[in-house]
This record gives sequence, C-alpha cells and structure tokens, in this order.
Amino acid sequence: MPDYLPHTEDELAQMLAFLGLSSLDELFAAVPEALRLGRGLALADGSPEPDVLARMEALGDANRARADRLVCFAGGGAYDHEVPPVVRALAGRSEFVTSYTPYQPEVAQGVLQAIFEFQTMVARLAGLPVANASLYDGASALVEGVNLGVAASGRHTVWLSSGVAPHWRAVLKTFAAGTGHVVVDAALHRGLTVWPEVPADGEAPGVLVVGYPNYLGCLEDLAAARQICDATGALLVVAADPVAAALLRSPGECGADVVVGEGQPLGTALSFGGPYLGLFAVAERHVRRLPGRLVGETVDIEGTRAYVTTLRAREQDIRREKATSNVCTNQTLMAVYAAVQLGWLGTSGLREVALRCARGTRFCRESMLALSGIEPLTADTPTLREFAVRTPIPGRVAIERLADEGYLGGLALADLIGEDGDPSVAPGDAVHGLLVAVTERRTRSEVEGFVRTLDKVVR
Amino acid sequence: MSAAGGRAASAPLMGGESEPTLFELSQPGRSSWQLRTTGMPEWDVDELVPASHRRVAPVPLAEVSERDLVGHFTRLSHRQFSVDLGAYPLGSCTMKYNPKLCDTVAALPGLAAVHPGAPASLTQGWLQILVELEEALCEVTGMAAATLQPAAGAAGELTGLLLMRAYHSARGESRHRVIIPDSAHGTNPASVTLGGYETVTVPSAARGCVDLAALRSVLDTDVAGIMLTNPNTLGLFEEDIEAIAAAIHEVGGLLYYDGANLNAILGVVRPGDMGFDIVHMNLHKTFATPHGGGGPGAGPVAVSPRLVDFLPGPRPVRSAPGAADEFGYMTPPHSIGRIHSWHGNALVLARALAYMQVHGGDGLRRVAERAVLNANWIRRRLAGSYDVPFDRPCMHEVVLSAATLRKKFGTKALDVAKRLLEFGFHSPTVYFPLIVDEALMIEPTETESLQTLEALAEALETIAAEAAAGEPLDEAPHSTPVRRVDEARAARTLVPTFDAR
Repeated sequence: MPDYLPHTEDELAQMLAFLGLSSLDELFAAVPEALRLGRGLALADGSPEPDVLARMEALGDANRARADRLVCFAGGGAYDHEVPPVVRALAGRSEFVTSYTPYQPEVAQGVLQAIFEFQTMVARLAGLPVANASLYDGASALVEGVNLGVAASGRHTVWLSSGVAPHWRAVLKTFAAGTGHVVVDAALHRGLTVWPEVPADGEAPGVLVVGYPNYLGCLEDLAAARQICDATGALLVVAADPVAAALLRSPGECGADVVVGEGQPLGTALSFGGPYLGLFAVAERHVRRLPGRLVGETVDIEGTRAYVTTLRAREQDIRREKATSNVCTNQTLMAVYAAVQLGWLGTSGLREVALRCARGTRFCRESMLALSGIEPLTADTPTLREFAVRTPIPGRVAIERLADEGYLGGLALADLIGEDGDPSVAPGDAVHGLLVAVTERRTRSEVEGFVRTLDKVVR
Repeated sequence: MSAAGGRAASAPLMGGESEPTLFELSQPGRSSWQLRTTGMPEWDVDELVPASHRRVAPVPLAEVSERDLVGHFTRLSHRQFSVDLGAYPLGSCTMKYNPKLCDTVAALPGLAAVHPGAPASLTQGWLQILVELEEALCEVTGMAAATLQPAAGAAGELTGLLLMRAYHSARGESRHRVIIPDSAHGTNPASVTLGGYETVTVPSAARGCVDLAALRSVLDTDVAGIMLTNPNTLGLFEEDIEAIAAAIHEVGGLLYYDGANLNAILGVVRPGDMGFDIVHMNLHKTFATPHGGGGPGAGPVAVSPRLVDFLPGPRPVRSAPGAADEFGYMTPPHSIGRIHSWHGNALVLARALAYMQVHGGDGLRRVAERAVLNANWIRRRLAGSYDVPFDRPCMHEVVLSAATLRKKFGTKALDVAKRLLEFGFHSPTVYFPLIVDEALMIEPTETESLQTLEALAEALETIAAEAAAGEPLDEAPHSTPVRRVDEARAARTLVPTFDAR
C-alpha cells in the first residue's frame, strides 16, 4: 500500500493508547453513524508512483497539441514564449513551491522579497506606481479591476470594449450577476473599438475597459478612451499585454487608472491554461482599494530591511462581509516565475522578445495576406504578436488540417466567440476567422512552412 | 527513539545580512538572455510601431548575469521556510508533504506544453485527466458533477454562491440572505457580498458547533442558503449537521460546504451524504498540490443533481464513449457562465489526480485517519500546558489558547508563534478562529511522524515554561533572517516597489 504516511503499526497502537482509544474508527465518534460512508470509496486501488507516472505520460502523449510536437501559432492569451532552464530551476525550488502565504515574515523573506521585486517590475511595465502580488489569471484581474472602478466611481455601468479577450469578457459577465454591474458592450469596427455616445440622460459609465493591444492584435486609441473618462468621471481600465508593453507607451502614461493583464507570457508554460497569473497595477489614489496581497518594504526591530504583506486592513479576513474582494491566496509561485523571467530578460531582453515577436508577426501576416483567398479581418493597423485573418474554409477545419501537417495553426475564432460571432467580429468572419500568434520562438523557416501549408489546406 | 524528521533547527543560514534586490545587483549593459536564432527580417522598431504608440525608452528592468540571477534567487530561497524544510502546523491550511511525483507530472511536456485553446480533438489526454478528476472528486464528496474552473477556494466560494443565485432565480425566487457561523473563514462573508447576498452571522453554542436554536430563529424563505465548514474551524465535527440540513432545506435554502477541512473526513463521511448541495474543495490542501508561497491553488466546486445544469461551462465531458475522440466539451443548459480564462489551474488539477491515484480509495481514508490521530495526539499532549477551549476529540486540527499564559505571564499567542520559529517549526495559525481568545490553531497533518509531533509538543511545552519563568518572549525570534518586522510602518509609509523607496 503505497503512500506518504510515516506511522508504523507500533506507533499507531501507542498513539491510540495515549488517547484511550482502541481503534482508528473511534476517532470519528462525533460523526453520526447514519451519515458514515459504510464502504470504501469507489476509486481504483492505490498505485505505486512509477505506474502513475507512466499513465500520466501516456495521457500526455494523447495530447496532439503539444508545442514540442506541433509548431505553435496559437495565442489568444496563452503564448509559446521561451522559458529557459534557469527560470525553471530557480522558480521551481522547493522553498518557493512548498511554502504558503507569508504569515510569518521572519521566515518568509524569500517569497516576500521575490514578490516585492515582481511588484516593482509589473509597476514599471504598467507605468503605474503600485502593483499587487498577482491575481488568479487575466480574467480575474479584469473582474477585480472593474470592481475597483465601480467602487471608486460610484457608478455600476461598465463600458466594455469587445476587443478585450472574449473569455475575459465572459468571466466579467458571469461575476456581474452577483455584483449587479451593468455591462455595455462596445463593438469593434475593423478591429477597433467604437465607443457609444455618452447619454444625455441615463447613467454615464463608471468604468471603461479597453485592450491594448486588443485580442485581434490591434492598437487601440487609449487617448480617445481617456477623453470619455475625463468627461464622465469614469475610471479607465486597460487590459494590457506585458510583452507588447516593452515597445508601447505604457498604459499609465496614456492615462490608465488600473492596468490588468495576463502574466503567462512572463515565464509560465502553456500549461493547458493554468496556473497562470493576473497582473494588476493601480494609480496611487486607488491603492486602498487594491485587491489581493500587497508586499511592502519596512524594517525589523533592529532596523534591518524587511518585507511584509501590508495594507492588510483591506483584506477579507479582517473586513469580512465589508471587503470589496474575496481574493485570499493568489498565484505567488507564478509571480516568482515572472520575477525570475524578467530578471533573466532584463531591460534589453524584454525589448528583444517584443521586437522579435513584432518582426515575426509582420513577416507572417504579410506572407499570409499574399496568398489568394486570405483576407485581413481588421484594419491595416500594426500588429505586434497576433493578427486575425479570414480563410476560405472554416477556421476549425483549417486548424484540424494544419495539425495533420505539424502545425498548431492558431485559434479558430469560432472557438473563442462562437459561430454566430459577437460585437467584435461579424458572423461570417467568426466561422472563417483564424487568430494567429507569432512569438520570438518562431523561425523564418517555420513561418514559411506554415504559410505554404496553409495555402495547401485552404484549397 | 529516533529523531524528528520534521524539525528544521539544523538548517544553516549564513551571515545575518540582507539580500540586495535584483535592482541593486544590476550593472548597466549586463545581460543573461539567449533567444533562438530566427532568421527573420530585422525591421527596426520604428518600422513596426507607429510613433504615436511607441515607447521612447525601454522598460527599465534589472541587468544581471545568469550567475548573479542564480545566486540571488537561491539565497532568497534560503530565507524561506517551507514544508520541505520542516513541519508547518499552520491550522486551516493543511500543509502536508507534497509528493515530488506530482512535480514531475506537472512538468511532463505532454501536459505542460499544451495550448489551452486547441480543439478537443488535439487535447484528448488532458480532457481525460480532467474528467477522471471530476469523477474522483464527486465520489469523494458524494456529489453528481463538478466544475474544475475555480482557481482557488475563494473563487470556488463565489462560484458556489452564483450557483445558488442561479438556482433560486430559475425557480422564480429572489432570496437575499446567506447564513454563516461566526467561526467561518473570512473569505465566506466576503464571497457572500460579491455574490450579491447579505451575510447573517449565527453564533456558535458552548460546545463549539452551530447553535441550532439561533439558526432556526433566523430561518425564513428569504434565506438562500448556509455556508458551513465541517469539521468547522475549531476542528470539531458539526454533530447536528442532519438537523441543520433539514432546517435549511425546509425553508428552500441550499447548503454550501466549505471544503477547507475536507482532509479530516476523506473516505469516512461525505458532504453529499450530510445533505450539502454545493461543495468546494481546496486541492492544494486536501490533495497535496503545493501551496506555492500563496498560490496557485485549485478550488473545484461539486454539486448535487439539481444544480448540475447551472455549472460553469464549458465542461470537459465524455462526449462519445468508445469513439476515437472520446472526450469533448459541453456547456450546461443554464450555465452561470465561464469563471476562468481557460479550464482552471490545469497543472494543479493533474497533480491532484496523480496524488489520488497513488493513494486510491483506501489510502485516502488512511490520510484522514492519520491526520485526525495526529491532531488528537497534540491536543491530549498539550492539554496541560495550554488552554483547550473545546476539550473533546477533535478532527484534523485543534485550537489551543494562550489565554491563561497571557493572563498570568503576559505571553500572547503571537509570542508563542514567534518563539516556536526558533525551535525549527513553522508557527500555527494565530488569532483564528475569531471566537477563541489568543487562539493557536494547530494542524499537524498526516505526513508528520510521531517523533516530529513529540519534538513540536516539547517545543511548545518549553515555551509555556519559559513564559512562566518570566522570559521575555515578546522579543522572539532572534535567530531568523529578520526579527519581528514593523508592520505599522509598512502600512503608514507604503513602499510597494523599489522605486518608492
């Protein structure tokens, strides 16, 4: 019977005797007899580790969409970036992996300082002074950003650009059922947001949310969004990409009150979608509404520099039903991965990654649009890592055929927004749309092979 | 007698200096990155990004060599207590040993390198893992179906409350209140608020369980449900659970099970059989996926048959049993919608399945037995040195109190917690649950040996004796990388980044 339990038979007997019990069953005397299971759990018998590992390997082999087997052009919020051995080795250290929330700062300086460094780098990327220790994922960061915006503006109408990642928009709407926010979709025209007119009567928005770049890869006009915020008193929440941020004016500089983002591109493997991490940064004036954990620098009683979780009075274990967020744990380990990855990349490396993404994306997009039958889905704006095209065959069919030829050829738009489309893309385009991402890991010959193959499979 | 394997007092920590930040280690012009050779056209940035959008200067990050990067984070790791280093009896958090097997599983390229947006036909292995995990979790909890999307316990709570809301709405009912015992986790009331409900707090009776009369007095058809942790945060099994369930169901409410303490009852009793309708599990606790310094966790939510149609979607399911592509996705007809960017914390979910497969049904029951045995051993052993506010058999954890130590000698629970660090153990949870004065909540978990329990108990007994002898415990700890930190200063003069210094 394999397990990880240390008790010997003698020790079990000794411990039971110490408690005055004669069997392990008696430990559960408080559980009413009628409720007890009265049988074993209907699960397979335990298996030794090597057998379990072999089975898991076999299940892994049953996944064809592996970035180590298919050349990956899929994105949509999850990208195949370089994660070097040094990042895996450091962030994977068991001291980071097997600790918990730093409740005892005296013995948790390692995690606390790593988070402090993470917060510093996220704040610099966002162009805002304060970043938290992370949230669950991009979608949860968006939800918390909107909650903050509604609380700060005092108005619960949210203008949501349809250029924000479709799954994030869906998550925001799920949680709005509890908070009562009124979400108004702002449609895209040729890939760029068309904001509604501010109503003369009726409620002005409390929050505007816009993607930068948006999920179709287009660069939105943040100044236009900021103008609406200035006119109405709404907060501007920018869903920003942390890699593109290396080339773009920061959202903070463009007037964002809150910057949210998906941190997966910073050192986290594709991981079938999780665990990832939500990035969250705010302007100084909103710091008391910040959700999640925040680490601050201080000193110990001898004056030695030390780090500690701070502004704890915001958190739900103290505020309970008056808390504005229920987030307790976050994704600290992924934040450590991001801190190490950003440390490895440094100033020049992050810029180089973003630049290579932009070069590869332009090369791929121009090569694809040179094919007959492949049309752009958006206006001809620059795209930095991702772009959308229309193919002669349904996107889903293209993905299946490309997989047979060795490529994960992007994402079918229909898989993200449904075949009927949504305010971001027209119905016919949804069925035939393909969202293609090109990271710094894609070589020229891979892109050329991919484009040749696409040309073949869409005929 | 053999030595305690879970005592970390031998861990060597070199020197007493602070570790500089990455930014202080930076030297302009230094770098460590290496990227693939791509052969792409080398367009300049001004050919790629229009001036109106283009950043003027690069984002300033640290510039360090790979060697310095390794030194820095390795030294940081040496300033961090962890389960791998020693026993971590942090009540309510279930800091059990995390098998290395699961790290290996989570690193398998066949799992870690899979894109979440790929169609079901290309991700059959992953979908099988998720479906098998859902089935196993339903068997353990006695429920009908589950969503694996919630990324943490609190996310599971909010999901559960939205399920409750959707269920009542579908029946044309608008209910406004959710009941929570005063011993509940702080996330419960916060989740209730975000779920659009009002919290009604009910007191615990003298025996530490829900006061049934007080509960009945607040019940009416405006009550959407109750959130209960069972065993509760005092480590006690809610003995009246059948009566509680009957009373809630009688007014049309639902029972929500906070699975924070599920470790205590694996294979013994199931939330579904107790009458619960919605159950969240903390896989990072019960199924040993590591806590990662404060996440990632995973908080799947399982439900009874009448709530299945409301579950978040899309759900991995066996869509075509026996076919080549056996697994697919299905969105329930009245789904509350999506609650995660993708499918939940997938690699955490795979770890949990591997853990469950090693143990099997019998093994999970042994986990609960040993966890409860260890907690009761600690309770009995320390009953002479500390107050035991509810001195009867506990489940997986025991809540002690330093109230007498404080009254007689001025030693607070916090002092005990800080002094314990110097003995090579992590502190228990302190000042929780709120209804116990000077609470010290100890959860040894099943993976600590009798020798480790003895060493832990001896350390706590020594501390109690030191308090009686008038030693200045409020100055502890001395030997840790930093001493007690100035939390008030951290909040007053906020320095959340290196740039705010």
